[in-house]
Amino acid sequence: MIKGNFIDNLPKVYGIYTGGFLGFIIIMSIAEQMGMTAKTIGICFVAFTVAIYAIIGYLSRTAQADAYYVAGRQVPTVFNGMATAADWMSGASFVAMAGGIYFKGYGYMALLVGWTGGYVLVASLLAPYLRKFGCYTVPDFIGTRYGGNLTRFLAVVVLTVASFTYVTAQINATGTIASVALDIPFQYAVYVGLVSILLCSMLGGMRGVTWTQVAQYIVLIIAYLLPVFWISNKMGAGFFPHFMLADEVARIGELEQQFGFVANSKENLAMVPKGLAGITKAHSAVNATPWAFISLALAMMMGTASLPHVMMRYFTTPSVKAARKSVGWSLFFIFLLYSSAPMLATLSKLSLIDPSLPTGIIGKSITEVQAIDWYQNWNQANLMFVSDFNGNGTLELNEFFMGGKAVVLATPEIAGLPYVISGLVAAGGMAAAMSTADGLILAIANAISHDVYYKIIDPKAETAKRLVVARVLLVVIGFAGATIAAMEIQGILGSVIWAFDFAMSGLFFPLVLGVWWKRANREGAIAGMALGLLSGMGYLIWVRNGGSGFLGITQLTFGIFGSAVSLVAMVVVSLITSEPSAATQRMVDEVRVPSGKSILGKQH
Amino acid sequence: MSKQAQHWEKSRGLLFITLAIWFVFSIGIFLFGAEMNEVTGPFGYPLTYWFTCQGSLGAFVILIFWFANRQEKIDEEFGFSERGDD
Repeated sequence: MIKGNFIDNLPKVYGIYTGGFLGFIIIMSIAEQMGMTAKTIGICFVAFTVAIYAIIGYLSRTAQADAYYVAGRQVPTVFNGMATAADWMSGASFVAMAGGIYFKGYGYMALLVGWTGGYVLVASLLAPYLRKFGCYTVPDFIGTRYGGNLTRFLAVVVLTVASFTYVTAQINATGTIASVALDIPFQYAVYVGLVSILLCSMLGGMRGVTWTQVAQYIVLIIAYLLPVFWISNKMGAGFFPHFMLADEVARIGELEQQFGFVANSKENLAMVPKGLAGITKAHSAVNATPWAFISLALAMMMGTASLPHVMMRYFTTPSVKAARKSVGWSLFFIFLLYSSAPMLATLSKLSLIDPSLPTGIIGKSITEVQAIDWYQNWNQANLMFVSDFNGNGTLELNEFFMGGKAVVLATPEIAGLPYVISGLVAAGGMAAAMSTADGLILAIANAISHDVYYKIIDPKAETAKRLVVARVLLVVIGFAGATIAAMEIQGILGSVIWAFDFAMSGLFFPLVLGVWWKRANREGAIAGMALGLLSGMGYLIWVRNGGSGFLGITQLTFGIFGSAVSLVAMVVVSLITSEPSAATQRMVDEVRVPSGKSILGKQH
Repeated sequence: MSKQAQHWEKSRGLLFITLAIWFVFSIGIFLFGAEMNEVTGPFGYPLTYWFTCQGSLGAFVILIFWFANRQEKIDEEFGFSERGDD
């Protein structure tokens, strides 16, 4: 069969793919020179890449349970790392992260530390042991380790709450990009995005998602790094921005001092379109209290280790050893993008506010700024706004407003890069949002089809029937997510952070203690999951409705409260009830040894 | 003590070291964020700023690979390593 061959030939296959994609970029830039319109280029980029993913998804179709659920457990370490990185880096990471750093500086960068530090917990506390366990899904581990249908069901509930919060944001992002690139209304674009997402996952399940995610990682990392390096070189800031932007960072600090952060009055701010913000925080200075920084980082780290769509990627490696190494590769590939985001934010900010640069707009006259082409474009897209609050005719720092997405989307245009780069960035954002959405929808659908349908409702179901159920659920959950996304309730980043808090409230301690504390039993796990999730959710609702909160725990870090309740409940209830059976304790011992058979069979 | 118990003891020791290093780079240094930012760090960036952009992130990458190698050594020592990569 092609499969064995395919695994051996992976470097070659993806090498050719990468070369082909670079060739496509070059062809597009030639086409641009020959007069192809910006709009056509955007359509070409998005359509071409999505078509490739769909072909990969079709070629990966399968009728076997272990291929559908865990990609046949034969994904090599490095490629699983790339797939995890794509799975992990969402539309928000791609489009909004640099913007968050640009506006909020240090306080926001807790997310960078949190979203990377969490992988240390994944590698050391969980991934290798869950791989040894041989489960198909995260609730599969909880259900088998603690025993009983209620534990399994509660794990599915936590997983669904966390992942569904997250997935609507991703479908929303695919919709936003599709609507801009293809020029169709958002309500329809959401469904275009959904169909693209389902094309990758429906036929091949985890196997299809794995190979499309690798392809999506390659697109998104090229789309992110190429503009950063290009802009840095064009501005003369240094050919390798990561090591050479110290002067630019210092210069921003100087300009901040010179301009000062002038607070705007309420009436003035009311004129600014919704969603846009001005520069009000220092770029590189420490502008948050230690606890504000640490609590946000901690919540994101524990959330990372509890999010099932990440964890299940490590079920696909060939061995326990490979699972550990694979976490390292995942983080390396994530590091490539995350370490570039602050550089992009620096370049973007300096190019706009430094009056001595040709692109700088602060200090110019308002009418002059309003006449600039790119300003008009982005103003029309509702991502930029200037207003002469003090009436002196010149643009001041506090009179310039921008949307968070504009840092990634508009900086190439401001720096004077060709439009082909904007098309590339659209394709990258689409890849980032699609890959995460795929992982999430699959995590939910697999948990419901495997754990609720097969393990609880109909344990005698045949493989063919199970896979039909899994696919139907995939479509149903996708449509539910798209329908909610089309209503545009929450901003992209808000719901992403909530997902981490939900996951850590309900799952972190039941997972970790399942491996590391033999005494943890079923009653404890039930209490931990139920009370953790409920108290986290209760805290969020309380704070959202004007509650004052305590210990500085905000609506972005409510998981700290939820997981603390979960830990206490789990330990107390475990200790006052009887210890787990000898068989369960032997199972835990078995999980701790990397060699030997997995706990659950190859087909289960 | 059985072979398995010894293996677990060593694995747990490695976990504590790993988590201690993790704690330093994810939490410890940020207790002193404001003070540290006065110092010039690698490549000329303010030190705390550099840690949030690159330093801590890079430290985590290295830490995970280091941990994976050490754990493999422990597994080999007790004869628990897996055959090949399959």
